[in-house]
Amino acid sequence: MRKKTESINRKQFRRGLRTGIPISLGYLAVSFTLGITAKNAGLTAGQAALTSLLVNASAGQYAAFTCMAAQSAYLETAIIVAVTNARYILMSCALSQKLPATAKLWHRLVIGFNVNDEIFGMAIAEEDKLNPYYYFGMMAIAMPGWALGTFLGTGVGNILPSSVVSALSVGLYGMFLAVIIPAAKKSKIILGVVVLSMAASYALTVLPVTAAIASGTRTIIITVVISALAAILFPRKEEETSA
Amino acid sequence: MHNVYIYIAVVALVTYAIRVLPLTLIQKEIKNTFIRSFLYYVPYVTLAAMTFPAIVTATDSIWSGIAALVIGVLVAWISGNLFLVAISACSVVFLVELLIL
Repeated sequence: MRKKTESINRKQFRRGLRTGIPISLGYLAVSFTLGITAKNAGLTAGQAALTSLLVNASAGQYAAFTCMAAQSAYLETAIIVAVTNARYILMSCALSQKLPATAKLWHRLVIGFNVNDEIFGMAIAEEDKLNPYYYFGMMAIAMPGWALGTFLGTGVGNILPSSVVSALSVGLYGMFLAVIIPAAKKSKIILGVVVLSMAASYALTVLPVTAAIASGTRTIIITVVISALAAILFPRKEEETSA
Repeated sequence: MHNVYIYIAVVALVTYAIRVLPLTLIQKEIKNTFIRSFLYYVPYVTLAAMTFPAIVTATDSIWSGIAALVIGVLVAWISGNLFLVAISACSVVFLVELLIL
């Protein structure tokens, strides 16, 4: 029995590694530009890579580097980073429901180290419950990509031609689309939710009153309002919710 | 002058707390239909809101960004393969910018 579980976990870990390859490549490009921000804030390549390895958050790190550049107070930095990263609270809540009852405390402690948009997206797209080892596999390959890209961005700056950086910068959005569009194809409700969310996001970006709100905060507002509306109008029945 | 390593520690601790607290404090399955439904919809709303309009302005030209969105949605609708969707979106940006910039 125990042997069987171990071999399943090993398989899931390897599957996570495979899923993580495109994520890692996308990270390499995105964190490269993040590394340039870190350099402007006065960090060395090693310090920037250490930040990436410990934090694993694009917008959160961008906010952090900006605070460091401005020599902000530690408390102020903490608050700004907390607000920028607040959407991870919702993701972690959702993940807590996706884990099987057999998940151990240390599984949760390790997963909590790297809850972010891309890996979360892949984890939540699982048909059944989430095997922690699948998650570990994605982490194992995505985290080095994120840290290495930051290191290179800080260290060697603009070595890639700008046309390549520009092309790579949509890779992560492509991955998001690969999560939401197939689900929208299967369910009219999700299709409506996706279209409404994009429309709301666009409206909040261009309207003069709301355009000044930081993008992380905008995402939180839209997520809470639209998810609550959808939950009231189209509550999921018990057996559907586990899907 | 503030210390860089204290900054890094502060940022890392705050971010870890935000992620790990919900994961460890909510161990049981939530029974409430509203909360279950709410959490079910969260990822789709979050990812959709983060993708649009950001994808359009992420590249050097708005046209290559729009092309990435259209091709990304099409490929995701037809195949749903993560790697294929990402590569298609990146390639179309490269090609469009090669033509117009």
